[in-house]
Formats: sequence, C-alpha cells, structure tokens
Amino acid sequence: MLAQISQWFIWLNQTTGINLTIVYDSYDRGRMIDGFLNTIYLSLICLVISVIIGVIGAWLQRSSLKWTRRLVQGYIQLFRNTPPLVQLYFFYFAIGSLMPKIENKYGIMQPILSNWDWAIISLSFFAGAFNVEIFRSGIEAVPKATVEAAESLGFNRLQVYLYVVLPLAFRVCLPALSNNLVNLVKTTSLAYAIAVPEMLYVANQIWSDNLNVPEMMTFLLFAYVFLVGILVWAMNRLERRLQLPGYGG
Amino acid sequence: MPSETESGSVTAGKSATAEPMISLSNVHKSFGDTEVIKGISFDVAKGDVVCIIGPSGSGKSTLLRCINALVPIDGGSIRVEGQEVHDANLDRLALRKKVGMVFQQYNLFPHKNALDNLMMAPIKVLRQDKKEVRERALKLLEKVRLSGKEDAYPGELSGGQQQRVAIARALAMNPDIMLFDEVTAALDPETVKEVLLTIRELAEEGMTCILVTHEMGFAREIADHMYLTDRGVIVEHGPPAEFFDNPKDERTRSFLGQIL
Ligand SMILES: Nc1ncnc2c1ncn2[C@@H]1O[C@H](COP(=O)(O)OP(=O)(O)OP(=O)(O)O)[C@@H](O)[C@H]1O
Ligand SMILES: [Mg+2]
Repeated sequence: MLAQISQWFIWLNQTTGINLTIVYDSYDRGRMIDGFLNTIYLSLICLVISVIIGVIGAWLQRSSLKWTRRLVQGYIQLFRNTPPLVQLYFFYFAIGSLMPKIENKYGIMQPILSNWDWAIISLSFFAGAFNVEIFRSGIEAVPKATVEAAESLGFNRLQVYLYVVLPLAFRVCLPALSNNLVNLVKTTSLAYAIAVPEMLYVANQIWSDNLNVPEMMTFLLFAYVFLVGILVWAMNRLERRLQLPGYGG
Repeated sequence: MPSETESGSVTAGKSATAEPMISLSNVHKSFGDTEVIKGISFDVAKGDVVCIIGPSGSGKSTLLRCINALVPIDGGSIRVEGQEVHDANLDRLALRKKVGMVFQQYNLFPHKNALDNLMMAPIKVLRQDKKEVRERALKLLEKVRLSGKEDAYPGELSGGQQQRVAIARALAMNPDIMLFDEVTAALDPETVKEVLLTIRELAEEGMTCILVTHEMGFAREIADHMYLTDRGVIVEHGPPAEFFDNPKDERTRSFLGQIL
C-alpha cells in the first residue's frame, strides 16, 4: 500500500514535475514528520505556559500593590506592541548572549539555554501577554455579587479566584482565548528564525535539497490549516462541555 | 422630634440581660464623601429576629455587609459574639463561619449544581470531610424542600428555588446568625411564600436573624423587634405591634403609609 503510494508520487514527479519527496523519500519523510511533531510540541508547551502566564498575570493585575500592577501592565504593553520576531531575536541574541555558558558532555562550552528554550520562552511571553488581557476581561464579567457571596462564605481572596472567579471568567473568555491560541500556533513558525527545527525550518531544508519550493509551500499551508483546525475543533468542544444550563446566553 | 442619632445601645427582645449576640454601637460608614451610616446602635440577643425596614438607599444593605466585614466601617464598633468585627487582626473566617448571609439576587455559583453549591464552602473553607458534608447538604436541601434538585444548576431553578438553595448554602456552614438582605424582593408573589416559610421555620428553631425586608406582614408576624432606618440613622424602633400600630415618628408614619 505504502509502496504503491510512493510509486504514484514518483510517477507524478516524473510526468508533471510535482515533486513531493516527503511522501516517497523516507529520509525527507522522516525529517518532515519530526518537524511536524516539533511544531505540535512547541505549540502545546507554549500554549500551556502562556495560559499559566495569563492566569497569574490577571491575578497580579488585581494586586493592591501599585508597582505589581504597573509591572504587569508594562509587560503587556511591551509584548503586545512589538513584533514577535523582534521579541524572539531580542531574547535569543540580546539576552541569550548575556547568559552564562556551561560545559556540555563533550567538553564544549555552550549557552545554558538552547534555541529551543528561547523559542518557548519568547513565544509563551508573547501569547501570555494577550492571555492576561483576555482573562482580565473575563474576570471583569464575573458579577461582583457572586464574589461577595463567596466571601461571605469564608473564602479567602485566592480561594475566591480559584474556585469562583476563574471558572466563570474562563467560560466567558474562551472564544477570545481560542483566537489567541490559534495565533500562537501560527506564530511558532517564527522559531524558524533561530533554527528550531519546526515545520517551516524543515521545509526549508527539504526545498533546498530538492528545489521543490512551490510544493513544500503548498504542503505547509495545508499542514497549518490542519493543525489550526484541530485546535479550533478542540476549543469548540471544550466550550460546549463547559456551557452551563441557563447561564449567560 | 426624636434626635437624629440614637445614643447608647438599644437592647431588643426577650433576653435583655444576657450578653447580646450582635452589638452595634455608634457605627459610621462612608463611601467617599457620602456618609451612608451615621451612628447606628442596636443589640440583637441570641435567638431574636430583628427586622429592618426603610427607604431605598438608607443604608440597610451596607449595614448587613458591615456586620460580616464585607465592608469596613469608619467608626464605632460592631461585636459579634463578643468579637470586635472592626479589628485589624479579625479572624475573618471565624466570623463568616458564625454569620450566614443571603442576598437579594441569590448569588449562587452558576457553575456548580445545587448540591455542590452547598458543599463547596464546608469542604474548601472549613476542610470538613466530604462524605459528612454531603450528608448534611442533602438534609439541608430536604429542609428547604428541594430534595430531587441536587443535580440542577442554578440556571435551571426558579428564583424561589435558587433563593432556598442560597439559604441552605449559608446554613451548610452551621452559622449562629443569619442575615437576610431583601431576599424576596426579586421573586414573584407565588414563590415569595415558599422562601418566607423557610425563614419562618429557621426563626422558630431559634436562629438569630436580621432581616432587611419589604414584606411588612411577614415582619410583623416574625420580628421580635423592628427598626426603621432613614438616611443612615435609626428613626424608630420597637416591638412590632407598637411599631406598626402606633408609630411615633413622622417618617415612620409616612414610610408605612407608602408601603402598606
Ligand atoms: N460600594 C459602594 N460604593 C459607593 N457607594 C455605595 C456602595 N454601596 C452602597 N453605596 C451607597 O450607599 C447608599 C446606601 O446603600 P445601601 O445599598 O446600603 O441601601 P439600601 O438601604 O440597602 O437600599 P435598597 O433598599 O435600595 O437596597 C446608597 O446611596 C448607595 O448608592
Ligand atoms: Mg439593599
């Protein structure tokens, strides 16, 4: 079966010049599968961290300390109003160069944080800044009276946040969160710029070897549509599952 | 004319000699520049039912909020079972365990079903055993005549049912005192009855209650002592018969005239 498909794509290449090596060439196929999985891995890990940043940031934003609130606000403004590629370069080249180096197992000096680490940090902070704002708007939609009722039952500030405010805010902001996470998945392709072997980077390697740029570009578009489609589907399912009978439209 | 502010404290009801359950003395509260409570004093004895009536904006809700420290006061003192509420080192949890509160808009947790609404605070706040809490919660739902609605979410219950869940939720903490803030104001006349019945049963069991209400007939039946507040002061108080039949203050007469 696999052999037949490979045969067909070889034939396709010979007759039309459409060269999809990632199907019939096991080496290219392996590289592309790795790239695909790396993109998923990068997306998932940044997704989780950025949501955590959003939850903590939204909590800190309600702090009674003026400077804590200002710091969070500064972070949001910085990351929302600068291009993510510039942020990535800033982390990797500016901050990365200031970091101490350590000896690896071959005795070669290398930076403490790899390009992978910096991509994760940078992209998480980027998406996290938007998530803080998204969670904040969700929190503002939680009725003050509900919070007061929780307080009257003895919940402390953190308990009110964890057990009442967040679960309600989360439901309100799911559509906006969904949009931002889609944006994050697309933005992971920027990790290409610091040589993280995600899909775009791998595609680049493959088209350099085979000179099949249009084919790889087309494939990339469809691959991202596929990934984003899965994410949107999952978020919609989550939204439906969390829907409360008789509450909020 | 009686003076604007009451001086000293007024002890209500049956057990005037015992230490009062709640004692307010010369309480002041402002929001920004507007003083909402201007020196209110009264005592509530254990087991007493006190009803507060008064025009909108006269500070009734604010007063109840002060009693369980949801808002801080600016002057005077509030003592609940001897504990000063207006104290920087106040053990809020201990206070709120003693004082249950029910609101006009029910304010249930919309993401939890009826049973979980009751169980959440005892489990998360008091860290009580889940099984034991569950048994108590089921009994309380039965008490407020909502057996069978354990799994219903607030959005699936009528206003009256939600309000009874809210009462049961407060009772799940085993409070000594219950504060009711216009708990029937958002309900239609039919469901008002079921909620009032629940409150009446509580009062008869000896729960100390402070009710802010517009249900004059109910207040008259159930109250040991009536208070009328207007613009942040107590204008008149007394046992219900006297209060309703023979009000001394002009403002009481005009307020009762509007309502009845
Ligand atoms: N958090 C707040 N911030 C500012 N002003 C407030 C706040 N809470 C209440 N007030 C004001 O305090 C006054 C008294 O309000 P309160 O809710 O205690 O009145 P009330 O007697 O309960 O009225 P109602 O019968 O309408 O419920 C009102 O003028 C109100 O606008
Ligand atoms: Mg009120």
